[in-house]
Amino acid sequence: MPDTVIRVEGLGKKYRLGVIRHSTLRDRLAHALAAPRRWGRRRAGGDPGDFWALRDVSFEVGRGEVLGIIGRNGAGKSTLLKVLSRITEPTTGRVTLTGRLASLLEVGTGFHPELSGRENIFLNGAILGMSRAEIRRKFDEIVAFAEVEQFLDTPVKHYSSGMYVRLAFAVAAHLEPEILVVDEVLAVGDAAFQQKCLGKIREVSTHDGRTVLLVSHNMDSIIRLCRKAMLLAHGRIEVIGAPLDAVSRYARVHGRQAAAVDCRAAVRPAWAERSLVLERVEHAGAGAAPWAVPFGGDLAIACELAASRTVRGWSMFLAFFSASGVEVAAIHSPIQPPATAGSRPQLRCRLADFRLTPGSYVINIGVRAGPQMTDLVAAAATIEVLPTEHSAELQTAILSGFYVPNAEFAPAGPGPDRPLT
Amino acid sequence: MTTPTPAPLIIEAGRADRHYWRDLWRYRELLGFLAWRDIKVRYKQAVLGCAWALIQPAVQTVLLTFVFGVLAKMPKGGVGHYSLLVLAGLLPWQLFSSAFSGAGSSLLSNSHLISKIYFPRLVTPLAALGVALVDFAVMLVITLPVLFVWGAVPTWRLLVLPCFILAALLIALGAGLWISALTVKYRDFRYIAPFLLQVGLFVTPVGYRTDLLPHWRGLLALNPLTGVVGGFRWSLLGGGTDLNGTEVATSLAIAAILVGTGLWYFRATERQFADVI
Repeated sequence: MPDTVIRVEGLGKKYRLGVIRHSTLRDRLAHALAAPRRWGRRRAGGDPGDFWALRDVSFEVGRGEVLGIIGRNGAGKSTLLKVLSRITEPTTGRVTLTGRLASLLEVGTGFHPELSGRENIFLNGAILGMSRAEIRRKFDEIVAFAEVEQFLDTPVKHYSSGMYVRLAFAVAAHLEPEILVVDEVLAVGDAAFQQKCLGKIREVSTHDGRTVLLVSHNMDSIIRLCRKAMLLAHGRIEVIGAPLDAVSRYARVHGRQAAAVDCRAAVRPAWAERSLVLERVEHAGAGAAPWAVPFGGDLAIACELAASRTVRGWSMFLAFFSASGVEVAAIHSPIQPPATAGSRPQLRCRLADFRLTPGSYVINIGVRAGPQMTDLVAAAATIEVLPTEHSAELQTAILSGFYVPNAEFAPAGPGPDRPLT
Repeated sequence: MTTPTPAPLIIEAGRADRHYWRDLWRYRELLGFLAWRDIKVRYKQAVLGCAWALIQPAVQTVLLTFVFGVLAKMPKGGVGHYSLLVLAGLLPWQLFSSAFSGAGSSLLSNSHLISKIYFPRLVTPLAALGVALVDFAVMLVITLPVLFVWGAVPTWRLLVLPCFILAALLIALGAGLWISALTVKYRDFRYIAPFLLQVGLFVTPVGYRTDLLPHWRGLLALNPLTGVVGGFRWSLLGGGTDLNGTEVATSLAIAAILVGTGLWYFRATERQFADVI
């Protein structure tokens, strides 16, 4: 049982919301004079003007563990790191730390643009807690890691942003604390640099046995590096355990659609002929997670249409759009047997080995009969592709590749008229 | 690879930090680096650089000599030249002025550091004192020969100068701690420091002597810098002026009060700095 290096019990941090923020003495006096009774009176149980950035947070981290911390912006991750780094004091609870803690909350803290790279290495190192002797000892390693040998004596304001970030991380990477706390610094820099950072973090935890707390929005790094992950929401711990659990819970939080989506009320374009319309689309076999499919998993979509007159030679297509509005995949069904007036043809589409980059996608579904488009439902459904260990290995978050899924269409045949839920 | 496990550190609301002073010693190198950074940056890309350390006191001496010595015809007593008086008074005033304004604005100008890393916050005003001390040393080195050339013979009294330097720094520290801690919470205190310095130049006997002004002496002694300036003149001018024991004692007492209360307030509000700044 690894010994506990960080123990957090019942931690809470409260901020007073600045409804009336007294930033000048004049304001403070004026406010006090206007309401003399309020001055000095403490309200028990907290004001509505209080904001709890962290509430009742308790967890333990053992030696050599890498703990990932994820959550939406505003969930309390940075506040937690600030409390652990002793930058701010907790309101309730207690933290017990065994070992020196160094935190990297921002890249290039204390860098001065007028000073040269060499001078900034010493300055930044001292700010992060290294002694001058230590910095001198590691100077060459730091410069080699940052790849800035030629530019050591130029003022840092002339550096490109890539060099700047590399230098800043290089200094921080050579800290030797027992506990290292890293906050989203990996979000800056190009792919090669992020690789280097991840490699260094892995080396620091496995070779040197140091404990690492990593806050990141990059789910791939969380999955690859961390043995345990914690999901924070609204200042509380929502999940703490296996990284995949925390990550999929995080992805699932938004967009809770039901498995079956009623398309009858959706807006159609005016030019759609509407002889054969899409009435319902369902994520077949969804189980507990409707409209969420793991990377590389199987996706089955069942579509139910309604024909108002006989339509021959019809087919369907599904187009997947990424969150940024780029069409990343489109699949067409083969031409289907004619649909008679009043019938309700159904078509089931199975996409095996669904390997779109993890993220949110919007599906447009259309029906065409010959050259005519009979229906088009934009954003019929939203699908979430969940990251897995495999996608993390492929580093899909950095490489952003799209892969057109294999599709298999099978008519489900006109079934009994099921009520649309 | 066995290393002794350090004693666990406990972080809790309201827990008095026993480690503070030990931490302060441990972060002494950071103090040096911050002071070094400020000094280095000042002289980078500067064409006047060190020349400024000459020009500024020279011009001020001329102006003050003119206003107080010539226009107001203030008594100069046993000192050879009025400018000697002024120069000897300007030295401690410059030291105090740069130390006080540096310390007073130290927290705000390092706000990006304070919100991102841990270090005992006392390091920042102390680093500002370091910068002021270096500036003062440069000015002293340039001024001493000038004083000797004008007739101020060096005597054993020079050895006491460091005590007065320390006194000036302590006053600056005490006042600086108050202003910097207050400025974090109430931004208008930022403007009080330059205002105090403007008033101070006249209320402190930089351009004149107090010992020859019997009416005003008592009132002026309330200014802690009066004793310091008197001490500087006494040690630098080789006997042209007298040292008033009461004045010096008052200065030291007020300095002690300022530092004591300043430290108390600073430490009391320190834990909220990162939240408010």
